[in-house]
Amino acid sequence: MYAYDELDRTLINERVSEFRDQVKRRLSGELTEDEFKILRLQNGVYLQLHAYMFRVAIPYGTLSSKQLRRLAHVARRYDRGYGHFTTRQNIQFNWIKLAELPDALADLAEVGIHAMQTSGNNMRNVTSDQWAGVAPGEIEDPRIWSEIIRQHTTLHPEFSFLPRKFKIAITAAEHDRAAIKIHDIGLRLHKNADGETGFEVLVGGGLGRTPFIAKTIKPFVSGRDILGYIEAILRVYNQYGRRDNIYKARIKILVHELGIEKFAKEVDEEWKAMGDVGLTLDHTAIEEVRSRFSYPAYEKLPHMPDELKQAAHDKLFERWRKNSVSAHKVQGYSIVTLSLKPVGGPPGDATAEQMDAVADLADKYSFGEIRVGHEQNLALPHVAKRDLPALFKALDRLGLATPNVNLVTDIIACPGLDYCSLANARSIPIAQELTRRFANHDTADLIGRLHINISGCINACGHHHVGHIGILGVEKNGEEFYQITIGGRADENAQLGTLIGPAVPYAEVADVIEDIVEAYLALRDRPEELFVDTVKRLGVEPIRERVYATR
Amino acid sequence: MPLVKQGRLTTDLFVHVADGAELPGDGAVLVTAERFLADPEALLRRAGKVGVIWPNNRNLDDLVPHLDRLASVALVFPTFRDGRAYSQARLLRERYGYDGELRATGQILRDQFVFMTRAGFDAFEVKKDADADAFAQTVKRYSVFYQPTGDGRVTALNRRMQLRHSESAGQ
Repeated sequence: MYAYDELDRTLINERVSEFRDQVKRRLSGELTEDEFKILRLQNGVYLQLHAYMFRVAIPYGTLSSKQLRRLAHVARRYDRGYGHFTTRQNIQFNWIKLAELPDALADLAEVGIHAMQTSGNNMRNVTSDQWAGVAPGEIEDPRIWSEIIRQHTTLHPEFSFLPRKFKIAITAAEHDRAAIKIHDIGLRLHKNADGETGFEVLVGGGLGRTPFIAKTIKPFVSGRDILGYIEAILRVYNQYGRRDNIYKARIKILVHELGIEKFAKEVDEEWKAMGDVGLTLDHTAIEEVRSRFSYPAYEKLPHMPDELKQAAHDKLFERWRKNSVSAHKVQGYSIVTLSLKPVGGPPGDATAEQMDAVADLADKYSFGEIRVGHEQNLALPHVAKRDLPALFKALDRLGLATPNVNLVTDIIACPGLDYCSLANARSIPIAQELTRRFANHDTADLIGRLHINISGCINACGHHHVGHIGILGVEKNGEEFYQITIGGRADENAQLGTLIGPAVPYAEVADVIEDIVEAYLALRDRPEELFVDTVKRLGVEPIRERVYATR
Repeated sequence: MPLVKQGRLTTDLFVHVADGAELPGDGAVLVTAERFLADPEALLRRAGKVGVIWPNNRNLDDLVPHLDRLASVALVFPTFRDGRAYSQARLLRERYGYDGELRATGQILRDQFVFMTRAGFDAFEVKKDADADAFAQTVKRYSVFYQPTGDGRVTALNRRMQLRHSESAGQ
């Protein structure tokens, strides 16, 4: 965990008082709605279909139990008793009253939580691997760097009014759980031939109506130089990114229009011209940030404790363990994913009661720490294996032990037309229906890893382009239709999905998805071949034929 | 429009002269980049200070050679959501060493004062009187800064390291 010091606390309190003043000026009419809009967006406040929506940052997906309890408090006190975890390690509250927002922010600030730059055309919440610091084989804890970049990008005096939003994600593991290739800047921590730690820097990824996978702009930038290099990218973007058309304003368009070589050259020139402007991170500076992170005092525990052996005959426990429990870098410990995708439920929602209960379980079993992943699930990152059976029972009672992590019902979905003023179609009811269709866990296990991502409009908040199966809601003559793509992925081999056929109406979506899954089961060459690998091997055509033959 | 300079409401000594309009015989003038570049020498020869309004979509290269003879550079925020002039301001101050008046013009609200001051602006054509009146207290709103800029404020990281150093020296 990163511990805020007096300076961090002071800054977020100063931000709360600034926002309080802005809300006051809006309510008194001193600020027009047009002026206020930009200011509220800088602080995560959107105006949605029914009410203001409030998005709170969970930097690099790490929460303390105290912080999670405070989020529960906000859900209860200022909202309708629940929150929605997003694909970028934020939590959203959908029913906040404007006049109460400053108080909600002040309550959050007391535990070191803020909503700075969770929307607006600025540098957004820096995201990372939800298993950071505990995943086996990691280069080093990417949260150190995430925090360095979080601080650097917070209230940046030059880059708070960019052409468009700007998202940075960092991974330090072989398997990319942070989806860095669909970010404006993706950073992959690795060591060069001299053993020095640095980053492969990728740029220009993003979804929306013109999706791009990020391209490598520099294979290695050392840790000491990373802030300067990011600053150079941002300066080029701030000056030359398009501002004439909101749909062409992301850095991906600039990179695409200039070409990666020319863009890289511009950045290099700016980087060289910058010289020493105090951005170089020497060893002391990096260690200063590192020293503010605390790690659990792990016990020396056996690899296979008796509790686990005894529980092995419990079929339900075993199913859950195989699905939701992952290897930890320390022997005797596990990482446990808590599915927020119950059958029939909206993906990523948690009630205040669930949040409080998870906070208690984190205190009891995970050194008081909780993680939030971009797949809209939670994780307890440091669970002793001997505690797994007891934890399972507790999670099961809370409805948080659905054994569907990474399976067909672990669906990513945006809020869609049920909440969002941008949406063309509903997302949540599609997700709910699909979880009912595939509610049988044996079937889901048989299908294996399969990510379904749903967006209610072209803005792609549900990351439909990179779902193994992607579902995009569109509007046709006043009716909800859905385009379906297959073969996308968001990991280290990130790729955009391919359209499988004509859009289908709302009522047929679940049938089509079932048919796609059936086609895959018939076509895969062995049970271990994942859906996305079958699509890669065969292409879209054989699946299209089977699905659309009778349509 | 109220002008805030060096932290105070001030009378603007510069006259904005539109393209094609006749120049006053003396006194300080602000002219467009186009007008200035058409004949910089003639403008700089006349009695009275010269400032240039530099658009936010124009590279600074043509301006840089004249910086030491200009009394003001005015950068433009066509709307306050257009942040290009922040980069221009930092480049002028930090890369090209410009130390004359750096003026923010356009849609200037109190909510940008801290960012602008940090980027190097020291003069502000403020849109609303209430915002101009609130300048002094608004720029003091923040006491913690995470990024180094040319304004010389000590960053949070450096304060921490200084603190650590003095703590260990005191032991």
